[in-house]
Amino acid sequence: MKQLLQLSAVTKSFGAVQALKGISFDLQAGEVHALLGENGAGKSTLIKIITGAHQPDGGTIEITGVRAEKLSPAIAHKLGIACIYQQPALFPDLTVAENIGLRLESANSLSRVDWNSRRNQAQKLLQRIGADISPDAEVRSLSMPEQQLVEIACALGAGARIVIMDEPTASLTQKETQLLFAVVRDLRASSVGIIYISHRLEEIFQLADRVTVLRDGESVATCPAKETNETALIKLMVGREISQIFPPAESAPGEIVLSLKNLGCTAGGVKNVSLDVRAGEILGLAGLVGAGRTELARTIFGITPADIGEIFLRGERIENHSPQEAVARGIAYVPEDRRRHGVILEMPVAQNMTMAIHRRIFPGTWLRFGAERACALDFIRQLDVRAYGPEAPGHSLSGGNQQKVSLARWLATEPKVLILDEPTQGVDVGAKSEIHKIIRRLAKDGLAVLMISSDLPEILGMSDRIAVMRGGTIAATLPGKSVAHEVMAVALGQKRSGG
Amino acid sequence: MKKYFRELSVAAALGILLLALGIFAPSFFQPQPLLSLVTREAPTLVVACGMALVIICRQIDISVGSMFAVCSVCAGLLAAMHWPLALVLAASVLIGAVFGAFNGALVAGLGLPSIVVTLATMVTWREGLRWLRQGVWVDLPNDVQWFGLPQMAGQWTLVLVALTILILLALAMKHFSVGRFIYAVGSDAEAARLAGIRPRLLTFGVFVFMGALTGLAAMMNTIQSPQVDPNSGTGLELKTIAAVVVGGVAISGGRGTLWGVFAGLLLLACISPALTHLHVEAFWGKVIQGAIILLAVVADGLRTRKQRN
Repeated sequence: MKQLLQLSAVTKSFGAVQALKGISFDLQAGEVHALLGENGAGKSTLIKIITGAHQPDGGTIEITGVRAEKLSPAIAHKLGIACIYQQPALFPDLTVAENIGLRLESANSLSRVDWNSRRNQAQKLLQRIGADISPDAEVRSLSMPEQQLVEIACALGAGARIVIMDEPTASLTQKETQLLFAVVRDLRASSVGIIYISHRLEEIFQLADRVTVLRDGESVATCPAKETNETALIKLMVGREISQIFPPAESAPGEIVLSLKNLGCTAGGVKNVSLDVRAGEILGLAGLVGAGRTELARTIFGITPADIGEIFLRGERIENHSPQEAVARGIAYVPEDRRRHGVILEMPVAQNMTMAIHRRIFPGTWLRFGAERACALDFIRQLDVRAYGPEAPGHSLSGGNQQKVSLARWLATEPKVLILDEPTQGVDVGAKSEIHKIIRRLAKDGLAVLMISSDLPEILGMSDRIAVMRGGTIAATLPGKSVAHEVMAVALGQKRSGG
Repeated sequence: MKKYFRELSVAAALGILLLALGIFAPSFFQPQPLLSLVTREAPTLVVACGMALVIICRQIDISVGSMFAVCSVCAGLLAAMHWPLALVLAASVLIGAVFGAFNGALVAGLGLPSIVVTLATMVTWREGLRWLRQGVWVDLPNDVQWFGLPQMAGQWTLVLVALTILILLALAMKHFSVGRFIYAVGSDAEAARLAGIRPRLLTFGVFVFMGALTGLAAMMNTIQSPQVDPNSGTGLELKTIAAVVVGGVAISGGRGTLWGVFAGLLLLACISPALTHLHVEAFWGKVIQGAIILLAVVADGLRTRKQRN
């Protein structure tokens, strides 16, 4: 068997976060090599390094035995590396033939377009993978799996020998998945090497020859798919010692503050969610990316209002049609992407903190800078925000401190329910544990906390109870003392008999 | 100091220009021509204040020139019908507000890009007016010019009105919640919405206000002459946007002050007369104005890039 790709001791850091800690990985011609790992394990970073989108900090990459010194997307393309993303990256307004032509033809913008040969080439490629798609169809009119087939046709036409597929079946039905698998098997038979990423374990056993499990930026195991099983893989994915120390839960939870009954939102893909959150409790909301956790939060907060089901706040039925209504009722939502939806980077810390409470601290809307400063100083002290003062602009703060400012804005509204979406994403270890202490203290003071996190140790360490979401609904609610692989098994949808 | 660096550098440029004129062409500072220059710019300042708000809110309104013309002609016709001047003023402001509301409804209500919406209304109002009036000038009764005051008093009144509006708005932008919210929406509309601000309502309001100020400015222009030019306000959008950008308001929204806009407007307005007094050919005026605008945009671009890294 021919070696297509060999990565040795590849490392990559983003700021203080080390995403890859010396990964070795190889791919042979004519094999499907599955790549597994929970959110943030380093899969995407690894893929981006192979496709040349990121440059590794250390380590070597060999492609068909030749060392690739500086990989860029253009060079990777020439070397026969193609990547098929979950959302195909095609031009929706152009036809299939035009899309394929754009990818394959030389980028000489002055050369004449030979429409006939472009069309014939597209036809041939589509036939080769057995796709019944007209080259003249507009991509917009194609279904998701058809678009993926077009992507595969592009990859083939470019003479790709290494094809990376990133969760290709995430939006496919069972039947479409089987069709895709047939194409993948054909590719394998023609000695293409395929790196296959999926959260669906059963697919991996159907398709893969070998499996590599990533965890925290390290490759923890590579083995033939035949020699392992679902339970063993889940254990490998989550099996880490919990090195961080989390603040202990102290008080017993009080009355139910927020209660959801069969809540659904078609626009957000949230279905039939029933959930109670008590005062003084941290309810962890776990699940894979795309399981509907953020969408649920946005529904509760009135950004994408619910179209079915009920929300009760302290036993009283409420309907939130907008964030203003939710804020007025005592619900706060600290959004996921603090740089885009949280802190306004051009505004000083103090202005950011008082953004949601103008009506309260500035009656009559005449701003009182003294009151604003006092309020900001109070939160800066309470949350230990490191900034040179209340007048420091948002962009001058580190990620952890921006997150604290975002948190302060919402605490200032004196909420009863606090929804946190990935509160420590991209935050360094020190700030992370400070934020954890703050969250626990808030719960102790009687706040009902709903914490969304993709960081499994954080969920396990912080939560009094854990609700696991899958496919837009709550798949199970587990006690806080659960073990990682129990949560992962529910999130991945493993059948009970297998675990 | 660092926070207002941009505004201060424009003010410094203006200071240097005035100083140079003081040394090389003291004739520039003769009171009567200077007062006339400032009076001519007073309506532009009022429109520029509105434009600053619109751009801080990350929108743009290029229909101000056409709204200005429509309001001017309407005000002229009403004055010619011997309406009391106070009522004419109110009508002009109201008409401006209605036209502004039309822009605002399309931009905020339907979520259309403001540059396209106001491009369409700019052309439509201008051509509609041309078709209706066939380019006829409106003659005004004698007592309309300078509100029936002596010319000097009338000129001072206009200058004071413009300065009052500038000062009130500058204070409001800093000291009122609504001002803060305009900055917030211009910086990050989604973050603002999540914080319980209503970006769409605010955007609509800003466009209405822009229209109302244009109506006021039209009135301030109308009383300066014995006739109303149906083509008045041509190029007003470029003049005001240039002043706003030179004054340090980020075209991407969320940043800038009205003081900067004031300095920017004065700087651009002084260039042409200054050249005349310095005996430089007039066409250099446009070149220098263009260069100043370019410099301002490049400075802002560099600043944003630095911030991003």
